[in-house]
Amino acid sequence: MAPSRKSLETERNLQWLIWILPALVLYLVFMAWPLFNSLRLSFYTGSGFKLDNFIGFDNYARLFGGGPESARFYGAFGHTFIFFAIHMLVQNTLGLTFAVILSKKVLRGRALFRTVIFIPATLAIVVTGFLWKLLLNPQWGPLNLFLNQVGLGDWALPWLGMTSLALVMVSLVSSWQWVGIPTMIFLAGLQSISDDYFEAAAIDGASPWQVFWTIKFPLLRPIMGVVAILTFTGNFNAFDAVFAMEGPNGPPDYSTDILGTYFYRTGIAGQHPIGIPDMGLGATISTITFVVLLVGVVIMQTLSRDAQGERK
Amino acid sequence: MTRTLPKVPFRASELPGYLLLGVWSLLVLLPLWVMVINSFKPALDIFRDPMGLPKMFSTAGYEALFVQGNFLTYFINSLLITTLSILGVLALASAASYGLANWASRASRYLLLAFLAGMMIPIRIASINLLGLIKDLGLMDSLAGLFPIYVAMGLPMGVFVLTEFIRTIPKEILNAARIDGAGTVRIFLLIILPLIRPALATVAIFNLVTLWNDLWFPLIIIRSDDQRTLMLGVIRLFGQYQTDWNKILAVLTSASIPIILLYLFLSKQFIKGLTAGAVKE
Repeated sequence: MAPSRKSLETERNLQWLIWILPALVLYLVFMAWPLFNSLRLSFYTGSGFKLDNFIGFDNYARLFGGGPESARFYGAFGHTFIFFAIHMLVQNTLGLTFAVILSKKVLRGRALFRTVIFIPATLAIVVTGFLWKLLLNPQWGPLNLFLNQVGLGDWALPWLGMTSLALVMVSLVSSWQWVGIPTMIFLAGLQSISDDYFEAAAIDGASPWQVFWTIKFPLLRPIMGVVAILTFTGNFNAFDAVFAMEGPNGPPDYSTDILGTYFYRTGIAGQHPIGIPDMGLGATISTITFVVLLVGVVIMQTLSRDAQGERK
Repeated sequence: MTRTLPKVPFRASELPGYLLLGVWSLLVLLPLWVMVINSFKPALDIFRDPMGLPKMFSTAGYEALFVQGNFLTYFINSLLITTLSILGVLALASAASYGLANWASRASRYLLLAFLAGMMIPIRIASINLLGLIKDLGLMDSLAGLFPIYVAMGLPMGVFVLTEFIRTIPKEILNAARIDGAGTVRIFLLIILPLIRPALATVAIFNLVTLWNDLWFPLIIIRSDDQRTLMLGVIRLFGQYQTDWNKILAVLTSASIPIILLYLFLSKQFIKGLTAGAVKE
């Protein structure tokens, strides 16, 4: 008897599933399952890797309840938000500006500028972090040597050692590194805008400023949503920049402590003076980071979809 | 016959644009210049004249890391784990994308979505449980422990880019091959893989930069010196050399020059690779 049509189809489906299976298994075992488990472990405590004592929301109470951990946690959370906000403000504004300039066909040396702007994005955060740490060194750093030489010695500050400045400096260095990414994304967006719009605007005698606000800016809105989400997911779980430039403790006086460094100290490295990681509390910090990321992305996606809907 | 592009005349109205890009380019290139040039100077000369060319050309910094330090080990470790992980990602992601692009069903749509979700969620969040998993597998403190994590990390973006690309391949080509009697494996190896080479390059470059530069997973998994990756080595040497700028700058230069050089040759592909996922083809 010939196989029925249904079983043939099942066989074909199975065949495609086999192609997907190796990737799926690895993805589930090393990404989805550990993620799920890390969320689950936020309700447990124990010693070292053995988290077998269910404690309900006790870990959360420690972070939100007003105790000593709570102050650190709120501090780290606030700093992470500032870190992200500076990227949105500085990195993405600069990126948009660069993209608008680079999209002009009358500009010479566009390829060269594009290449240069993107160089830092290919480097390791550790390398740029250490490099800027040297450049900003209060005594020997070229920046302060230069300021002293030109008679601006009063401005030669310990850039990374002041509680008021350190976080801003780290955020600026990180923006310096990543500005190439939004630049290229915006540039691709600008280049996909039909020339008809610009020709029509030219005929109407629109100024470059008007062209920007009435044509480019509205048409880039959906891309701004993409850039905002990328900036958010990329920076809300940042770690390397602070770790390289300031260290795992977020000095001075925890002023550069962000969720990434706080998580590292609590859940992985162990805090001074005990040096034993509290993995349950670590799992709680990552669960909160996860929830914030999820909620943030959903909000941003809704906002940028509404912005798109408005235009239609 | 030679064709030259029409040269764009310089326009004064674009002056602010040139100025801004020029200043920014300086802000990018000066730090890199300081890094490279001072790695060849004796320590005192660095502080006397941080911007100038070396008066006395010294390779003492490089000798220190390559001869006395274990820099070469770190470098080879990174090269090894990065290469193997990229090959793993390309193999698994291209096979999965082949399946996802051809299997028209609701299940395959959900599977694709499940993979794509990974692009939004940083795998670091799963670190606590991943550490336990790696420990249970007996891979703690070894380069091999990074391999499954790195491949899993590369899959979402790889599946996204490759599935999109395979879907653009005209069905007629595949049907013609099928009529000629080629099976799915032959079609994949002889037709699909050669056609998706540009997309494979995009995925490879994205992972090259991400994995070569990764600090987090080596930091939490590896302790032994002979298993250290390059970034972990950089951290170690930075701490060890402290105020010895000549050596530190040699470390930073050696760690970044390979990628910078590769980037200068393949800048288009790099930009495409690192913004893939955000920019539609």
